[in-house]
Amino acid sequence: MATATPAGAGSPHGGDAAPPGPPEEQELSRRLTPLPRSWSPKDKYNYIGLSQGNLRVHYKGHGKNHKDAASVRATHPIPAACGIYYFEVKIVTQCLGMCGWQLGWDKHSYGYHGDDGHSFCSSGTGQPYGPTFTTGDVIGCCVNLINNTCFYTKNGHSLGKFVFLPSQSNLYPTVGLQTPGEIVDANFGQQPFVFDIEDYMREWRAKIQSTIKRFPIGDRLGEWQAMLQNMVSSYLVHHGYCSTATAFARVTDTTIQEEQTSIKNRQRIQKLVLAGRVGEAIEATQQLYPGLLEHNPNLLFMLKCRQFVEMVNGTDSEVRCFSARSPRSQDSYPGSPSLSPRHGSSNSHLHSTGADSPTCSNGVMSTKSKQSHSKYPTLSSSSSSSSSSSPSSVNYSESNSTDSTKSQQHSSTSNQETREYYDALFLGTKLSHYTDAFGSHDSEMEMEAEHYPNGVLENSSTRIMNGTYKHEEILQTDESSMEDSCPQRQLCGGNHAATERMIQFGRELQILSEQLCREYGKNTMHKKMLQDAFSLLAYSDPWNCPVGQQLDPIQREPVCAALNSAILESQNLPKQPPLMLALGQASECLRLMARVGLGSCSFARVDDYLH
Amino acid sequence: MKNAVIGNNKQKANLIVLGAVPRLLYLLQQETSSTELRTECAVVLGSLAMGTENNVKSLLDCHIIPALLQGLLSPDLKFIEACLRCLRTIFISPVTPEDLLYTDATVISHLMALLSRSRYTQEYICQIFSHCCKLHHWHSCGFNSLPQPLLCANGPDHQTILFNHGAVQNIAHLLVSTSYKVRMQALKCFSVLAFENPQVSMTLVNVSVDGELLPQIFVKMLQRDKPIEMQLTSAKCLTSMCRAGAIRTDDPCIVLKTLPCLVRMCSKDRLLEERVEGAETLAYLIETDVELQRMASITDHLIVMLADYFKYPSSVSAITDIKRLDHDLKHAHELRQAAFKLYASLGANDEDIRKKIIETENMMDRIVNGLSESSIKVRLAAVRCLHSLSRSVQQLRTSFQDHAVWKPLMKVLQNAPNEILVVASSTLCNLLLEFSPSKEPILESGAIELLCSLTQSENLALRVNGIWALMNMAFQAEQKIKSDILRGLSTEQLFQLLSDSDVNVLMKTLGLLRNLLSTRPHIDHIMSTHGKQIMQAVTLILEGEHNIEVKEQTLCILANIADGTTAKELIMTNDDILQKIKYYMSHSNAKLQLAAMFCISNLIWNEEEGSQERQDKLRDMGVVDILHKLSQSSDPNLCDKAKTALQQYLA
Repeated sequence: MATATPAGAGSPHGGDAAPPGPPEEQELSRRLTPLPRSWSPKDKYNYIGLSQGNLRVHYKGHGKNHKDAASVRATHPIPAACGIYYFEVKIVTQCLGMCGWQLGWDKHSYGYHGDDGHSFCSSGTGQPYGPTFTTGDVIGCCVNLINNTCFYTKNGHSLGKFVFLPSQSNLYPTVGLQTPGEIVDANFGQQPFVFDIEDYMREWRAKIQSTIKRFPIGDRLGEWQAMLQNMVSSYLVHHGYCSTATAFARVTDTTIQEEQTSIKNRQRIQKLVLAGRVGEAIEATQQLYPGLLEHNPNLLFMLKCRQFVEMVNGTDSEVRCFSARSPRSQDSYPGSPSLSPRHGSSNSHLHSTGADSPTCSNGVMSTKSKQSHSKYPTLSSSSSSSSSSSPSSVNYSESNSTDSTKSQQHSSTSNQETREYYDALFLGTKLSHYTDAFGSHDSEMEMEAEHYPNGVLENSSTRIMNGTYKHEEILQTDESSMEDSCPQRQLCGGNHAATERMIQFGRELQILSEQLCREYGKNTMHKKMLQDAFSLLAYSDPWNCPVGQQLDPIQREPVCAALNSAILESQNLPKQPPLMLALGQASECLRLMARVGLGSCSFARVDDYLH
Repeated sequence: MKNAVIGNNKQKANLIVLGAVPRLLYLLQQETSSTELRTECAVVLGSLAMGTENNVKSLLDCHIIPALLQGLLSPDLKFIEACLRCLRTIFISPVTPEDLLYTDATVISHLMALLSRSRYTQEYICQIFSHCCKLHHWHSCGFNSLPQPLLCANGPDHQTILFNHGAVQNIAHLLVSTSYKVRMQALKCFSVLAFENPQVSMTLVNVSVDGELLPQIFVKMLQRDKPIEMQLTSAKCLTSMCRAGAIRTDDPCIVLKTLPCLVRMCSKDRLLEERVEGAETLAYLIETDVELQRMASITDHLIVMLADYFKYPSSVSAITDIKRLDHDLKHAHELRQAAFKLYASLGANDEDIRKKIIETENMMDRIVNGLSESSIKVRLAAVRCLHSLSRSVQQLRTSFQDHAVWKPLMKVLQNAPNEILVVASSTLCNLLLEFSPSKEPILESGAIELLCSLTQSENLALRVNGIWALMNMAFQAEQKIKSDILRGLSTEQLFQLLSDSDVNVLMKTLGLLRNLLSTRPHIDHIMSTHGKQIMQAVTLILEGEHNIEVKEQTLCILANIADGTTAKELIMTNDDILQKIKYYMSHSNAKLQLAAMFCISNLIWNEEEGSQERQDKLRDMGVVDILHKLSQSSDPNLCDKAKTALQQYLA
């Protein structure tokens, strides 16, 4: 379940509402469907003047008759998928005459007039709706796109809902003025609202959640329960939680499709990959599932690339056998993550939104996105700085060598060696142009983020977002604890023979790549993988370089999952556990709802049900 | 036994007939029985109580309550819980007299002590309390716009008993219990305790639980994602606190939370019961505050929303299914009376709101129909509504006339219970105002007789309304009506009313006399027939211990009498009265001085016959000296009046 997808990708959130998912995703949805947050300086009559950050509107026309009425609309339409949208307008000064407002300029417009309290729907003639309003009053408008109703508020009091026809065209927050000197101030959530919109949203959130909870499942005696048990069981089996699965099967009186030994085998292989001992994993796979890797050259290549990375890391057995430590004793590699479900990243955000929710304003979102910017420095800046610093780092260590300790000297020499290896490797390949590519490195990094795992996992894009997010967090902690870990982290465990072996392996890998290229045609992904793996050697400290994230143990997970899926597929078992499919289905369903403008999607999130 | 009776009313009845109850009670009370056995007995009894009302009656006949209360003294928690559960079931039945809980004074304090034992004891005890301190007529109690001694005799007592046993402190912390049921029952308990009880309400505002004041906790319970039952009950608590003056009417928790919540309870989406309760509570909340009335009137189209209350049972429900029809029928009366009550509160003070109410579809027809409904509750509420709307001059002239409202109203006034009579007669007062077109037909339908009989009522409010209506009726009326009133009332009754202990009755009676004694021919006519008695009455009042307003009114009557042609003589020949008038001319109160001056100037007015003699007589009495003094007065009114009077002497 490492691929929990936060719901509502591309679903923007209403006038308020606590935005879902990791910040990247908020960013994304905000860019795709921005919320109206100010008046548009473009879409307005000439008689209208804007000020105070395009929030204050004043009238500067003649105001002699109805023809002098003027209006302004917001920068963006209300996104259909935001669920509930709300904004308020304070009448600062109003002389005589008509003050009203409307949503939209086209045929489908709805308005509420201050002079007579009438509302009008798509026509010039109004109907009695509510009280009149004047100077000092705060008038609000709430659009509920879940049940297609709208209501206005006056000084925090709801004046009564009416149904509007869902239209193809967009609805814009709009205000109309007609008298000289008239001024109104808009509040799109920059300040707390007078009306308790948060309470209204709570009601709808509860409503939708109870709809989900009470959704009829058409249970035929025990069928539903059996299905749920099956899902849990298959999930456990899939990830090779062998004993848990057996215990579960025993308690629930179900059977496990796959044989015990088969599960155990998979479990063993997975453990090896996760421990970074990819070489052994490949061997074991070949032995237990002959022909599997031969039929999956892409998978094999990916595994080998990973093996190379693990060699750099000093964890693969082919290099570890050179070190004094016994690989067996290292069975549980400290950094090895267990392949447990992770949707933590989005969970943490749920908490933070919970804390924010009482403030109830569109403004919340802006501060959040700011936070997200500062928290996640852009990749380009970091990569360019380290690329410029990397050549000088050698000099730096040399100049320091006079007063340095032994290990530092060692590391500096080994760094120099690394550089040589790097050169050696690349001189032997046709990839020498790669060094020039440093300048445009960031764009490639982005490419990776978008494309890399597509061939590996189904629910890819969000998974990757989670991945990078997690990764950077780890990177940060790594940086803070660098002084401790630095001496231990040496290329190939600091062993010379191991380094030789690595170089040799690198050449083999290069040959394999060329061979695959000949057989199956050019594969940009392979090329990329290889480049990334090799470029680790270009840095004095591979763990702390732009491509250093590859060394992160967490990067073993997609490889591990891919291998696991391939094995299962070869056994005619589903390569994805049904639980994950259901989860993906739910997320995809919500995304689809957002796209077609079904407002209720904004109050239903898969994450709410994952704990 | 337990398994046999669960969910089976027939089996329960059988067991009771077979005499199982005394046997079970015997086992339950037996100290020597094991607690398991005693607990099982309590459980079976509880199950029996869950059945029909007859079951509960049989259990009560076997004196189950004392036995169960005794059981509460046991040290065993499971047994106590079983007993409480059974007690709870019995006490929430409408057939159980709630007084049974209060027969032994130690019971309440023991129950308070048990509150800390477990979440079940908390739930059951709160539930028992909230059912044993109900005001039987609590909805009608809500309206205090008229003097009504309607408080149910034992209601406040029970509230006070529980309050004195520390109910507020003991139950407050249950509002934050982790168990929803406990929270809910505690909340219900408070809503009942605080209702119409300023003492409890004032205490509640200052109680805090976990650093949070109770009003804040109640407001949290009002949130829209909370269960409706919880929202409604906490709105009731806040309403009681507001009406008791513990929370200001302009407090945001009332204006922006409680009021909108109650309006939401009136919406179509809610259950019929909730809509009834929501409307009644809202009616009570806004009853006396015009700002709240205005806010409610614009919130969520409440006035239009209420019109929906009259559409049950709908024609659709009659066709679709019997069950729904039955349900609708059961609530139809309740819905109608709740809507009338809320309309009455909404329209109590603001003319624009009244107009909006009357403009609601078929509103007047509905009220007229409501006046003749069989249900007293609906009739009462309809009259209230009509009363509220009758405060509008414009409506009296238009829609009241168009719909001949007076007809059903007069009908309601025949043989109605006092509760209705009070409001109906009060409405009649408004309909008899001189500009009301209904005045004529009401008179023709025998109103005088009816109103005169009301003045003899034991009920103070009815006496006031009766004489008030007569007063309105006599205003600028023709001679015949005036004599009819005098005849109908009889002099004895008039004197009776003039010596009424209530100042309101006295004032209205004097007002009636003043209205009767207007225009010269009428004055002379009435004084020729009733002069002696009236003069006696006037003397009596002027000599008695009365407030300024009463004396002023009386002097005004004298001034009216002095305006008559022949009636004047009644004053001029009465030295006692003349002395009194003179006395009041120099009184410290300017109003009384002015009223006395009216008398004098009517008496000495030049153009009338015999004015010279009267002027002389009064001069001899020293009136002119006083007039001279008053013409120097700093009060411009007095000064003017004195100068005009002196001019009469000069001419």
